[in-house]
Amino acid sequence: MKEYTYTEKKDTRSGFGAGLAELGRTNPNVVALCADLVGSLKMADFIKENPERFFQVGIAEANMMGIAAGMTIGGKIPFTGTFANFSTGRVYDQIRQSIAYSGKNVKICASHAGLTLGEDGATHQILEDIGMMKMLPHMTVINPCDYNQTKAATIAIADYEGPVYLRFGRPVIPVFTPADQKLEIGKAVMLNEGTDVSIFATGHLVWKAILAGHILAEKGINAEIINIHTIKPLDEEAVLTSVAKTGCVVSAEEHNRLGGLGDSIAQLLVKTKPLPMEYVAVDDTFGESGTPEQLMEKYGLSENDIVAAAERAIARKQQ
Amino acid sequence: MNPHNKSIEELKDIAAQVRRDIVRMVHAVNSGHPGGSLGCTDFLVSLYFRVMKHNPEFNMNGEGEDLFFLSNGHISPVFYSVLARSGYFDVKELATFRKINSRVQGHPATEEGLPGIRVASGSLGQGLSVAIGAAQSKKLNNDPQTVFVLMGDGELNEGQVWEAAMYAAHHKIDNLIATVDRNGQQIDGPTEKVMSLGDLRAKFEAFGWDVMEIADGNSFESVLPGLEEAKSRLGKGKPVMILMDTEMGFGVDYMMGSHKWHGVAPNDEQLQIALQQLAVQEASDY
Repeated sequence: MKEYTYTEKKDTRSGFGAGLAELGRTNPNVVALCADLVGSLKMADFIKENPERFFQVGIAEANMMGIAAGMTIGGKIPFTGTFANFSTGRVYDQIRQSIAYSGKNVKICASHAGLTLGEDGATHQILEDIGMMKMLPHMTVINPCDYNQTKAATIAIADYEGPVYLRFGRPVIPVFTPADQKLEIGKAVMLNEGTDVSIFATGHLVWKAILAGHILAEKGINAEIINIHTIKPLDEEAVLTSVAKTGCVVSAEEHNRLGGLGDSIAQLLVKTKPLPMEYVAVDDTFGESGTPEQLMEKYGLSENDIVAAAERAIARKQQ
Repeated sequence: MNPHNKSIEELKDIAAQVRRDIVRMVHAVNSGHPGGSLGCTDFLVSLYFRVMKHNPEFNMNGEGEDLFFLSNGHISPVFYSVLARSGYFDVKELATFRKINSRVQGHPATEEGLPGIRVASGSLGQGLSVAIGAAQSKKLNNDPQTVFVLMGDGELNEGQVWEAAMYAAHHKIDNLIATVDRNGQQIDGPTEKVMSLGDLRAKFEAFGWDVMEIADGNSFESVLPGLEEAKSRLGKGKPVMILMDTEMGFGVDYMMGSHKWHGVAPNDEQLQIALQQLAVQEASDY
C-alpha cells in the first residue's frame, strides 16, 4: 500500500475560497454570487479584491440561480455559493430550466455537503444532491477529496464551458494531494494499484479509502484505490480497466446509496461486465445531529466500513 | 436603432399578420396558448419592429444590443412569430411549432438552437431573475443597452419574482424595463379570484421600483409612448416596471377577455372566423 502523508488538515471549502480568489486575479470574467453565506463559503478574499465582481443575493437562492444564468449572457462566468442543500434541492427547477436546459455556463459551488456538516442536523445535511445534479443533462458533477484538489477543481471549472456542480464540505481533513496537481475534469486519479478489489471513492471518503487500504494490506489484501473526483462524466475507462484486474468493486461516498457514485458505477458494470459490488453509502435515510466523526461511524462511512465492504466483495467474487 | 423602425400603420399590419400566425400555429397542433399571445402581440411587435436595437443575425451574448426575455414562456406563439417576421429565422419554420424534431418547441428553448431565444422559459417566475443577471452583465461590460423582460400577471404568484424584485432595487438595476401583462386572467380564472394581486403599483413601489402604466397594451398609440417613457426613466438608480393592461385574446372577438382561451386552440370553423377578423393589407401566411 502506497504511503500518503500530510502535514496539515484543512476544510475543502477553504480550497474553494482559495481557488476562487486565484480566479479573481487571473480571469476577469469570473463573478461570484452568494446567498448570505460568504463566511461559510470562504469567499472573503475574492470579495475584498474584486468588490465590483461580487453580488450579494441575500437568502434567495432561486433568484441567485436565475441571476447567474442571466450573467452568462454577455460572457460572465458566475460562481454561486451556498450550502449544498440550498444549491440543489431548494432550487432544482431553477437549475433545470434556466441553467441546465438552457446550457448556461454557471458554476454551482456547494459547501457543507453530506453528514459532515455535523451538529446542524438533517435539515442541512443533504445526501441526495449528487443524484439530483447528475440526472440533469449537460451537468458536470465534481466532488473533490481535499483542500488542494478542491482548489484545483475550482480553477479547472472556470476553463470548462458548461454548467458544473462542485461539491465540498466543512470538516477539516488531511491535505494529501500535491498542491501543484491540476484537476482534469472526468479523469480519475489512481491512488494505489492493487489486484484484489477496486475501491472507487469520492470526496471525504477518499482519505478513508486510503486508511482502509492500509488495514486491508495488513490482512494481506491488495486493494486498488481510485479517486473519482468527477462523478459525471464518469471515467468509464478507469473503472473498467481496474475491475478487469480485480474482479470486484467497492464504491464509497458521503451520499445516499440511491443516486450517487455507486449507482453510476453499477450502471456501467451492468452495461458491460456485471461483477460483485458493495456500496459504502448512507442507506436511504436522513442524517441527524452529532459530530462529523460520530455521524460517519453511525451511518457506515468509516474506514472500517470500507474494509468490511471490500471483504464482502472479495468473498462474493470467490463464490 | 431598430433594424425595421416601422410606422404605426405598418406596425398594425404586422400585428395582424402575427395574430394570424398565432391562431394558425395553435390550430395546426390543437394545442398551445393563444389568449396571452394575442394580448401581448402589440407589445412584442413594438419592441422588435420599432423600439429595440437588435440584430437578427443572432448571437447569444448580444453585446451592444437591447435584449428581450419572455418569462411567461407559454405565450411562445407570439414570440416565435415576431422573431421569425423580424428576421431571426424563416417564417416557414412556424409550421413546425410543437411538432417532433422542431426547433420551435412548445415553450421557448435554447436546446435546439432557435435564433432569438436566450434562455428557456415555461416554468414560471424565473425570467425576471435571468433578465436582471443579463442587465448586470451589461453593466459589467459597460454596454449601455437595455434589457426588457415580460411577465404574466398570474406569474406574480411565484415567490421568485419577489426575490428578484427585492434584488433589482437593492442593486440599482436601472438598465432594466420589466413589464407585467395585466390581463387579469390565469388558468383557473380571474387573477383576483385565484390569488389576488392587489395593488401592484403600490407593491412594486414598496419594493423600490419606478412604476408606470401602459393603459392600453393593445394600442400602439399607448404602447409606443409608454415604452419611450419607460426608457426615459432608465439610469436613475431604480429598475423600471410597466404595468400594462391588455385584453387576453385581443383581435379575435370570441377569445377576448376570457381565461377560457388561455391554453385552448380554435377548431377549423373558429379558425376561419378568427382569420376573417384578422385582416391584413396583404396576407403573407407562412
